[in-house]
Amino acid sequence: MKKTLLLSTILGTLAMPAFADKNPKTGEELAANQAYTYRMLDSVKSLDPQLISSVEDSDVARGIFEGLYNEDGDGNMVPAGALSYSVSDDLKTYTFKLRPESKWSNGDPVVAADYVYGWQRLVDPALASEYAYYLELAQVANATEITAGTKPITDLGVKAIDDHTLQVTLIAPLPYFVKMLSNSSTFPAPKATIEKFGANWTKPENIVTNGAYKLSEVVEGEKYVEVKDPGYWDAANVIMSPVTAMVINDEDAALVRFQAGELDRTEVPAGQFPRLKQEFPDEAVSTPYACSYDYVINLTEGKGNEALKDVRVRKALSYAVDRDVIVNNILQGGQKPAYSWTHWAMNGFTMPVIDYAGWTQAARNEKAKALLAEAGYGPDHPLQITLNYNTSDAHKKIAVAIQQMWKQTLGVELTPNNYEWKVHTDKLIAGDFEMARYAWCADYNEASTFLDLYASYSTNNDGKYSNPQYDQLLKDAKTMADPSANYTKAEELLAEDMPIIPIYHYAKVDMVKPDLKGLPQHDVMQFWYAKDLYRIQK
Amino acid sequence: MLTYIVKRLFVAVPTLLILIVISFLLMHAAPGGPFTQEKQVPAAILANLNAKYGLDQPMWRQLLSYVWGIVVHFDFGPSFIYKDRTVNEIIAQGFPVTLYYGMIAFLVAVVGGVALGVVAAIFQNSWVDYIAVGVSIGAQVLPNFVMAPLLVLVFTLWLGWLPGGGWNGGQWQYVIMPVIAMATAYLASIARIMRSSMLEVLTSNHIRTARAKGLPTWKVILRHALKPALIPVLSYLGPTFVSMITGSVVVDMYFSTGGIGKAFVDSALNRDYSVMMGVTLLVGALTIAFNLLVDVLYAWIDPKIRY
Amino acid sequence: MALSTIDMGALQARLAALDEVRGRSLWADARKRFARNKAAVAGLVMLSFCLLFAIFGQALSPYTYDYTDFTIMGHAAELGAPSWAKGYYFGVDDLGRDLFARTAMGTRISLLVGVVAAVIAVVVGTLYGAVSGYVGGRVDSAMMRIVDILMAVPFMFVVILLLVIFGKSLIVLFMGIGLLSWLGMARIVRGQTLVLKGREFIEAARASGVSSWRIILRHIVPNLLGIVAVYATLLIPEMILTESFISFLGLGVQEPQTSLGELISEGAKTIRYGTLWQLGFPMAFFILTMFGFYFVGDGLRDALDPKDR
Repeated sequence: MKKTLLLSTILGTLAMPAFADKNPKTGEELAANQAYTYRMLDSVKSLDPQLISSVEDSDVARGIFEGLYNEDGDGNMVPAGALSYSVSDDLKTYTFKLRPESKWSNGDPVVAADYVYGWQRLVDPALASEYAYYLELAQVANATEITAGTKPITDLGVKAIDDHTLQVTLIAPLPYFVKMLSNSSTFPAPKATIEKFGANWTKPENIVTNGAYKLSEVVEGEKYVEVKDPGYWDAANVIMSPVTAMVINDEDAALVRFQAGELDRTEVPAGQFPRLKQEFPDEAVSTPYACSYDYVINLTEGKGNEALKDVRVRKALSYAVDRDVIVNNILQGGQKPAYSWTHWAMNGFTMPVIDYAGWTQAARNEKAKALLAEAGYGPDHPLQITLNYNTSDAHKKIAVAIQQMWKQTLGVELTPNNYEWKVHTDKLIAGDFEMARYAWCADYNEASTFLDLYASYSTNNDGKYSNPQYDQLLKDAKTMADPSANYTKAEELLAEDMPIIPIYHYAKVDMVKPDLKGLPQHDVMQFWYAKDLYRIQK
Repeated sequence: MLTYIVKRLFVAVPTLLILIVISFLLMHAAPGGPFTQEKQVPAAILANLNAKYGLDQPMWRQLLSYVWGIVVHFDFGPSFIYKDRTVNEIIAQGFPVTLYYGMIAFLVAVVGGVALGVVAAIFQNSWVDYIAVGVSIGAQVLPNFVMAPLLVLVFTLWLGWLPGGGWNGGQWQYVIMPVIAMATAYLASIARIMRSSMLEVLTSNHIRTARAKGLPTWKVILRHALKPALIPVLSYLGPTFVSMITGSVVVDMYFSTGGIGKAFVDSALNRDYSVMMGVTLLVGALTIAFNLLVDVLYAWIDPKIRY
Repeated sequence: MALSTIDMGALQARLAALDEVRGRSLWADARKRFARNKAAVAGLVMLSFCLLFAIFGQALSPYTYDYTDFTIMGHAAELGAPSWAKGYYFGVDDLGRDLFARTAMGTRISLLVGVVAAVIAVVVGTLYGAVSGYVGGRVDSAMMRIVDILMAVPFMFVVILLLVIFGKSLIVLFMGIGLLSWLGMARIVRGQTLVLKGREFIEAARASGVSSWRIILRHIVPNLLGIVAVYATLLIPEMILTESFISFLGLGVQEPQTSLGELISEGAKTIRYGTLWQLGFPMAFFILTMFGFYFVGDGLRDALDPKDR
């Protein structure tokens, strides 16, 4: 048994180059070496699709598992576990046709019941997934009640009509429902395996997967290796194997190892992009990434700083932040200055025209000075505020720069307070801050993931901004075929009330080996699929 | 001596219990919990999480069931953050790695430091001494967070001799830089303590007498001076060994060794309560063991010592 | 050989008994001996230089420690090299801030941290260790188990709680440093005390009815000064670097203020990015301080060594 296995491995390896001569889709000449090694920030926290909550874990999960839909390099949905779907007339019932040839790595077919099981697990109070709210966001019927423990998990609005037909019931029409299905929490789950091994089912010797890859080796804290699964329905088009995630906590160390040839992809430390771009023009890459960075102002009644409850003061502070300096002199990695909240590159999003975005910085500074004087602050009565941020090099630099901008243009005395991560978050949640650094990363590729954050009913609205008009715009947007107008309106309201000071929109700044192809160029979610990667002949 | 050791081991149990209680209270008193995050978990889910991990129980019951789990099943619980792993698994994976390169670094630091200190003391105020002192101060101001990037820069990027990180089951190429980064500062400290202690012993009367008797210097040093001079070094080594284990975080992070030092710091930052407690207990047990070993060695070196 | 040891011990005991009478001349003696020690004087000069730099350095720079030059920010490697013409004597950091003023500020805070740590370690650690070792028995066992526990308690939570309870201030930072610094000293001093306790001159003193407290202060502690001085000089750099970790947790030195530990760790992160002065200058002052403390510590030890009296 062992011998034949070994033999087949050898044959497989030998056969590889012959097979992999040309990319079957693009026709490009392929390199003999089709191994991919990338840097991962931290050890995997969980490989259980329903328990995953970190970016690194979902990167691995997208290799070994597969959901109904994947995203292509532009952020469009492409069928994966599903072949197609249809929607009822009231836009509340979705019926998915599943791919019949899709298989688990133990040979069992992937059936609709596996999706039902996975989704039920996600909201199951006993599993206590931190992503349980995802189905609630997706408006799936009874998700909220099940998580709260008032209804049994079998009441979830998802049903297996037959082995290859899955039906989902929503409580309200949601135009972007399908866009939410590339998230790893919506992946199917192998019931038999999970019931047999319990919490240990994700151990490499137990795990059963349905993706293009199998988990072949795990050295916790060091590396995770995936190899191509020959039983995958699209195995003929899978080129890259093995795919190795190397855990390297320190980004400078990772960069050295990239330069020493140990890695194919790694992050660029803040501020180093221009230098690296000049030195390695075809390796340093910057692509948009769906996160936005802002300073939240505490508007909670009885908390925070009273001075900041004056909209003129908030506007003055926002205007006096020279975002170009932050983007061009500190981050220097292709990030974009933010005058509005939603990331500019979200799929289908039209950037709103915000008035002060169009002014020159000199004009903004003038206006800021006038506003602050109007609010009653000046050299003899300087505005004193504090800013909380969690300890990190980039946050520190931004805070120091903004402190100087406000000091030099407005005479505002800002005290930056750094806190350890959990203390910072705790203060944020408790409303114990005047102004605090915050960043939000999209859950799915649609603008509402950003805008919903500052609705008065949102859990994450830590500054307690409340404007009924804003809430209504977003509620209405949920059912509109084209919500663009509402989104623009909402952004304009944010600029008018200035409950937050938007600072910049993220970019993913990487060093990538030039022969590596197939990474997403325009997908702002940065979902990449190892099965789409390949290396070309240099 | 044997009764003394037995007695000390017996006292270790209440000591560890006190350590558990103090750490447990400190940990829960610190703001933020394992599930406090920027992207807040809705209240209903937080309640489910707390129920799953027993955080909804009163403090005394949590503490009791924690101690019970250890005593009865030697089970330190699941990690709250690394959900696929238990504390036992995390320690079983990380501790041997740290122990492996930590031991080598420890030996390098002790042997190198003692030798350097002895040489410097013998040739006090000669150029040998000055060089030794200069080197040891130089080494001491090169903390591991400066050493690590320097080493990688030279040996990986410029010379290309060693891999820039990883562990690979502890192959020698992967062990060299972590050992150097870790050992340097300790070697320097040991050398300084050894030098000073040796000087003191060398000026003491019985050594002067031995020298006056015409015994060759090296024989005097090896036979009469080394042992008593080692006592302060020993005192220093007890806590040092432990701080090498817990302080390995910089090395673990920079060289991706997968050692336990990272778990020590991460679990505190993440409020991963169970891992934090597990690692603290490990550190406590090591501290007690090493300080006991040091006390036993005192008595071996100087039979006059009584406790 | 045995005979001469006894002689020595008896002599010491007698000398020690005389201490009180000649207390003043002993210090004068020590001072004279210190002044004759060239290395010690050199150390004192180095320390004074660092101290002067720490106090007046910021006034000498045309820039304040927090002034950000937006034209250099982000281009430190090309535009921020040390320059007399621009008034950036030590160059600038990533954010375009004058490194001369920052190093001066950092040296000030780190010297303070080092001295506080050393004083707490010497006073608390020495007394604690000497009492534990000398009294012995159950007291020793209890005192040392407390040290064991304190060594193992997750220090990070102690710091975080200090921060939550007392807020941010330098005093609280010193409390944090102080809590940590005396533990190792106590272990070392106890070890030496155990050895000293068996010496004849201590036994002689005890036989002649001198109280325990007096024996500890008059006979044990003076004989420990050598190792105490060495360990204190080892502790200083360690605590200066520990400070940057405590600041990471949010306690103590806050941006835009800085410390040597902070500057060095920033410099270490950027060694490959063409701004070596960011590591070089703070490191130079760190090393200078260390040499200064070392020579002074060594000189003090020699000057105070009871055996040479």
